[in-house]
Amino acid sequence: MIKMEYYLIISILMFFIGIYGFISRRNMLAMLISLELVLNAVEINFAVFNRYLFPERMEGLFFTLFGIAITAAETAVAIAIIINAYRSIGNVNVTKLNKLKD
Amino acid sequence: MEYSLLIIITPLLLFLLLGLSGMKMKPGMAGIIGTAGMGFSTLISYIVAYNYFFGIGQTDGAWATIIPFNVEWLHFTDNLHIDLGILLDPISVMMLLVITTVSLMVHIYSLGYMHGEKGFQRYYAFLSLFSFSMLGLVVATNIFQMYIFWELVGVSSYLLIGFYYTKPSAVSASKKAFIVTRFADLGFLVGILLLSFYTGTFDFAQLTSDGAGLVVASTAGISFMGLSAASWAMALIFMGGAGKSAMFPLHIWLPDAMEGPTPVSALIHAATMVVAGVYLVARLFPVYVFATPDVLTLIAYIGTFTALFAAVIAITQTDIKRVLAFSTISQIAYMMVSLGVSEYGGHDGLGYMASMFHLFTHAFFKALLFLGAGSVIHAVHSNEMDAMGSLRKYMPVTHITFLIACLAIAGIPPFSGFFSKDEILAACLHHDKLIFFTLLAVAGITAFYMFRLYFNIFWGAEKSYDGHHQPHESPLRMTVPLMILAVFSIFTGFIPFPEFITVDHIPFAAHIEWATVAIPSILVAAAGILIAMVFYMKGSELPSRISRALGGLYTATLRKFYMDEIWMFMTKNVVFNRICTPIAWFDRHVVDGAMNGLAWITQKMSVSIKGLQSGQVQLYVWIYVVGSLVIAALVLFL
Repeated sequence: MIKMEYYLIISILMFFIGIYGFISRRNMLAMLISLELVLNAVEINFAVFNRYLFPERMEGLFFTLFGIAITAAETAVAIAIIINAYRSIGNVNVTKLNKLKD
Repeated sequence: MEYSLLIIITPLLLFLLLGLSGMKMKPGMAGIIGTAGMGFSTLISYIVAYNYFFGIGQTDGAWATIIPFNVEWLHFTDNLHIDLGILLDPISVMMLLVITTVSLMVHIYSLGYMHGEKGFQRYYAFLSLFSFSMLGLVVATNIFQMYIFWELVGVSSYLLIGFYYTKPSAVSASKKAFIVTRFADLGFLVGILLLSFYTGTFDFAQLTSDGAGLVVASTAGISFMGLSAASWAMALIFMGGAGKSAMFPLHIWLPDAMEGPTPVSALIHAATMVVAGVYLVARLFPVYVFATPDVLTLIAYIGTFTALFAAVIAITQTDIKRVLAFSTISQIAYMMVSLGVSEYGGHDGLGYMASMFHLFTHAFFKALLFLGAGSVIHAVHSNEMDAMGSLRKYMPVTHITFLIACLAIAGIPPFSGFFSKDEILAACLHHDKLIFFTLLAVAGITAFYMFRLYFNIFWGAEKSYDGHHQPHESPLRMTVPLMILAVFSIFTGFIPFPEFITVDHIPFAAHIEWATVAIPSILVAAAGILIAMVFYMKGSELPSRISRALGGLYTATLRKFYMDEIWMFMTKNVVFNRICTPIAWFDRHVVDGAMNGLAWITQKMSVSIKGLQSGQVQLYVWIYVVGSLVIAALVLFL
């Protein structure tokens, strides 16, 4: 059986790749994809901990399912915001979205 | 006796009515309403006085003190609370009579005197406000209620002095009166706070019971700058009284207050408000005499000096209202001296009785003098003595009533002033010879300057009055109050005052000491009148020769011994420039500077870190991630 640590290494890598992408990409769609990586890393963690530490229980798996559903909803909302932002400023560059400051 | 509340409530309602809707009425209507209301109030106060003196009467040989009405207004602790109520005892009932009578006379008189003035309705509204405040002052059950009404009379005095608000001199006189009395009231307030702090009560009854034992006991052993706490408190309270009653050196506002309409001067600045200080000392007299006799001595000497000082100035003044103003100061000082030399109980309390007696008689003859002067001013349209002369031919009623008042103030029997002044002199004789002889001299000076005024107005050379306008007698609305007050001035002296008003409420018998007091005082007064007659009746060269011979002294007296200039120097150069300017600098640069500095530092700091809030989401996330990593590291490794 594959050791739990390997799963965790994968999820940490996914998590920080997601963070890196979120910080370094200027394109909001790319940032959204990075965000999906972060969330998926978390969901892997849920599933792995449930499977290895509490095999007789199901909460972790249910949380994973919830997380997937919420991620889908969040993506729909984010896409809607990005489309509106595109309509008002003509591109999807996040550094241009700083007008709330003034 | 709950209906005694009506005496006070009526003028208040009148003030609200006339103040709010007076301008919509016809002027005459407002005057009639005001006068009728005051007449009602007067009637009730006579009924109260009758019921008090002849209905309730004495218990165990002493006049009762009754409180027909009392409500708790502010509650601080169970002991310390401010009440509003009505206290009836001999002096407050007497004051009710004086105030309502003189106020009613002034109301009637003003119907004629103020006829056709702009703001006639406003004038009556203010008169009602004043009557309300003054009546509330005298029936106060506690010292704080007195203070509240004390300030109210100050305000109404201010409003009435400044009635001709388009005249700069009236405006500055009203400000002067308000500021000077307000300054004195600062002392009054501090005194009240000191007294109530140590005794835990504001109540007159508690303060003055048991020979002021409460005050003595609660302030024992506490002293500041060599004087006990009780002495400080009572001296500061007297300072308030001195301001209102125009004692030296706080007298400077009263002569200027003559800028107001003459009936107002008669009511406020002669008969009622200015005796509030005397009334205050009389009200707290047991405290003064038992707890702080040293302050009482101070009162006696300040009063003596003021009486002499004001009488000397009155000799040289040429504005007839100013002569009367200085004579008022001098006469009120008489009352103060009389309180100052009084002791407690029986015949020893002669000074107290005499003071209240003089207050009573003085109110009538001084109001009469002012109203008579108003009648003269109404006829010749000038305040200056030079513009008058031989008016007896034109104004017979004014002439006779004015003469009666002059005889009363000069102390010629059988007019009222003789009896009260005689009691004061008798009280002084038994206490202090120096005070006695000073006051005797002042009595002579008083007779002289009053008759100087009288002869200059009604005798002397005839002046060339404007051809088209001969002086004429005033209308009946003005002469009737004069006649009524003249009757009062003649007969009030025969009231057996010691039967009614004494310091311990127990009647005693007083008699006139003909040989030692009465005859000398009559002789001195007669001498004063004779000199005035020689100088001014026919118009002679003597007065101007004497004034030239006196030179600088005469000028100094004419300029009121430069008291106004001294105060001006004190306030402007010493207080404003030496004290207030540095304080203002300190306030602007140190106090405000500290606040401004704090604001400046905050602003600079926020400017320097505001770049962090750039609106760049990724920067926020970057900071957030680094921050959480740092916290995680701290949790793991510490």
